[in-house]
Amino acid sequence: MSAEKIKVLVQRSTRTSRVATILFVPLVIILVLAPRWLDRGTISMLVEFFFYLALAQLWNLLAGYAGVVSLGQHAFIGLGGYVLFGLCVIAEWHPLLALCVAGVVCAVVAIPVAALVFRLQGAYLAIGTWVIAEVFRLAFSQVTSLGAGSGISLPVSVAQDIPISSLERDTVLYLLSLVLSLFVTFGAYWLLCSRSGLALTAIRDNEGAARSTGVDNLRVKLLIFVATAFGTGLVGALIYLTKFRISPPAAFDINWTSYVIFIVVIGGIGTLEGPIIGTLVFFLLRQYLADLGSWYLIILGAVAVAVMLKMPLGLWGAFSKRFDVHIFPTRRRLAKAEVEGIVVNDKAEAV
Amino acid sequence: MTGLLDTIIQGILLGGLYGLFAAGLSLAFGVMRLVNVAHGDFIVLGAFLALYVQRVLNLGSPFTTLVILIPVMFVIGYVIQRLILNPTLGDDILRPVLVTFGLSVIVENVLLQAFSADSQKLQGGSLEITSIALPKGLAVGWFPLTMMAVCVAVIAILQFIMYRTKLGRAFRATSDDGMTAGLMGVNSQHLFAIATGITLATVMVAGVFTGIRASFDPNSGPDRLIFAFESVIIGGLGSLWGTLLGGVLLGVAQGIGARLSPDWQILAGHLAFLVVLMVKPSGLFPKRGD
Amino acid sequence: MSLLEIRNLSAHYGDFQALYEVDFHAEQGETVAIIGANGAGKSTFLKSISGVVRVKKEAITFNGEAIGGVRSCDVVCKGVALVPEGRRLFTSLSVEENLLMGAYSQKQAGTWTLETVYELFPRLEERRKQGAGTLSGGEQQMVAVGRALMSNPKLLMFDELSLGLAPKIILHIYETLAKIRALGTTMLLVEQDIRQALNVADRVYCFQEGRVSLQGRPQDLTQDQISRAYFGV
Repeated sequence: MSAEKIKVLVQRSTRTSRVATILFVPLVIILVLAPRWLDRGTISMLVEFFFYLALAQLWNLLAGYAGVVSLGQHAFIGLGGYVLFGLCVIAEWHPLLALCVAGVVCAVVAIPVAALVFRLQGAYLAIGTWVIAEVFRLAFSQVTSLGAGSGISLPVSVAQDIPISSLERDTVLYLLSLVLSLFVTFGAYWLLCSRSGLALTAIRDNEGAARSTGVDNLRVKLLIFVATAFGTGLVGALIYLTKFRISPPAAFDINWTSYVIFIVVIGGIGTLEGPIIGTLVFFLLRQYLADLGSWYLIILGAVAVAVMLKMPLGLWGAFSKRFDVHIFPTRRRLAKAEVEGIVVNDKAEAV
Repeated sequence: MTGLLDTIIQGILLGGLYGLFAAGLSLAFGVMRLVNVAHGDFIVLGAFLALYVQRVLNLGSPFTTLVILIPVMFVIGYVIQRLILNPTLGDDILRPVLVTFGLSVIVENVLLQAFSADSQKLQGGSLEITSIALPKGLAVGWFPLTMMAVCVAVIAILQFIMYRTKLGRAFRATSDDGMTAGLMGVNSQHLFAIATGITLATVMVAGVFTGIRASFDPNSGPDRLIFAFESVIIGGLGSLWGTLLGGVLLGVAQGIGARLSPDWQILAGHLAFLVVLMVKPSGLFPKRGD
Repeated sequence: MSLLEIRNLSAHYGDFQALYEVDFHAEQGETVAIIGANGAGKSTFLKSISGVVRVKKEAITFNGEAIGGVRSCDVVCKGVALVPEGRRLFTSLSVEENLLMGAYSQKQAGTWTLETVYELFPRLEERRKQGAGTLSGGEQQMVAVGRALMSNPKLLMFDELSLGLAPKIILHIYETLAKIRALGTTMLLVEQDIRQALNVADRVYCFQEGRVSLQGRPQDLTQDQISRAYFGV
């Protein structure tokens, strides 16, 4: 059987993904136009939704694909926020410019952080990242020009810089959060479809095997760590731009990480659809349970533990596996092959 | 000079507390490669339980509660390991970390619900106030001395269990090769649960001491976890005595930091940890192998 | 009634089937050898008996009791001991501690104690406090055998006893095996070394791709028969 006699068609898209692609454009258009007919409260909630979605996608990329479990990503949320405030308040930069720089600063800081933290393994690495977040919190509590322990508010002049052309301030912030979450989600998707993505999926499935096929695990992990720090910093900066006030206990609050972990765990680790589902579930639960105070967190925690024990793939993971559905298909499948004149489909049946 | 010496002595004795925090963490990791992210929260749980039991039973000292609470915490540890943590053990580190993180959130919020967010403190009685006079005008409190002595005793007991008992032999064998230990008749499900039971028993003791030493509230857990963790890393994985030394170094670093400025106390500890991580990641006194 | 009776034993690793309806028996006091190429299922067979691989309950009957699928920590209490492939000593334990681990499941003393094991392997007594990882290959094998003996088993199983050992050491180990055999212990040997296996066994089974391809007494089997059964020609 010579090579010329075999022809193959390798495909990535699935029927679901094609349907989703068609539905996607109108969905984005609706979301972009939403500020026109939704009230402030709902817009505010949507903004928060986009923030959590972006953060969840980033954490998922790091933990679910690169295998780096971080309990300290809120270090970059806070750092991003403080860089923004620092640039706007002290250096009087335009907030939108400061936004981009915040992301870059976080990426740069991530390098020495990784150099330290990657010396630890597994769970110790996770706690190490938590220590880093604490160090950041304590450090920023000492910076008097940014309000030290009690924090600082954004000056009105900065707030007035935000509106672009005819778009109001709130609309600009809303659109930025939408764009950011789309950017992060599709950025992650693009990454996973690339060659590096193949390496990531290999690491996710089996680190030892990945290494044996020549994947430089450490380099990939470092890259992803820096990339997610960049993204997390951007989101953090935008979050605090939206809140107009920052303080160390709020910016470096472990709850950022807690909520993100719950979202990813319940939605489905190691999938792109999981964080979307997870954020939806999170907001639904919050809607109905927030009145319960600490019971809300107890229930959230218990659900996450239960999901991790009984349904480790999460809601989407279990659903996707059972019905083989993929909205963001990253796998390459053999769709059709022609061998010695006989054409077979992906189920190895002759067609 | 006396001031510095005093700081160092206090720091060394504080190391006793941190060693107590870390002993259980070290044990669990040694036996099962498990790091319980909720470790600090269980220490705080211990402190709250001591507070509650002392109040309810009208006991004179929080130490008396240990008679009841050590066995209680042992059972809690056994059950949690058996039901929740054993299923997570395996090659994947994601599950144990996330499940114990979830536990951490649950414990913190259960404590919040049960006791409110108010700061609490255990009363150590005269032990807290009295001290021994030393030359050069120095003084050492009885409480820190007791703390260090108890830590040394606890570690000595753990070492004894590990190296001179059948149980300890089984722990070490299972840590080496779980499958073969099973061939010898070791029921690892049961054994791991006992290890966590012992861990929580030490955590209970740590809880009483930390509750007397400083005020605590439901959210104090993560700080305790971090001190325990830093002690283990500074001291070196695999050695309980190394962990104590790590705690001592951490305590001294914090003490020196506090002398510079009260705000710098904890940060100085973190910096010492980061320096060790940078320069000697395996810790200062690691056990060969591992 | 046979001491060990195996009927229709099938074993899987996930989707992969390693054993197909294997029938096997071993009588009290017998030494049965199991030969076969790599991947034939010999190790899986021993692991099924010692509970490391889960199988159907009725497939394995030992001493009149159905023990298929019983957890390995419970199987040893019933009197089945395995000397695993590659020795698998506890490297952070000393020689003596390794031997003591063998007796972990023992509720009361039996024939085999530290003293009697040291009599069998005097070299080990010299090295009793040494870390098990520091011993030579042959000495490690002695520890592995001694450790299995410490559980006073009725059935003693060896997985690739001679693997990686020098011929002189293998001879010495097999001489020791003869002494154990003389005490009436039933033994199962999975062996790569066919000659050695045929030398010591009362009966031999040959496995080929998860099935029994040949069985009988060594003296009744020809070289040709064995080659064919081994390679599946």
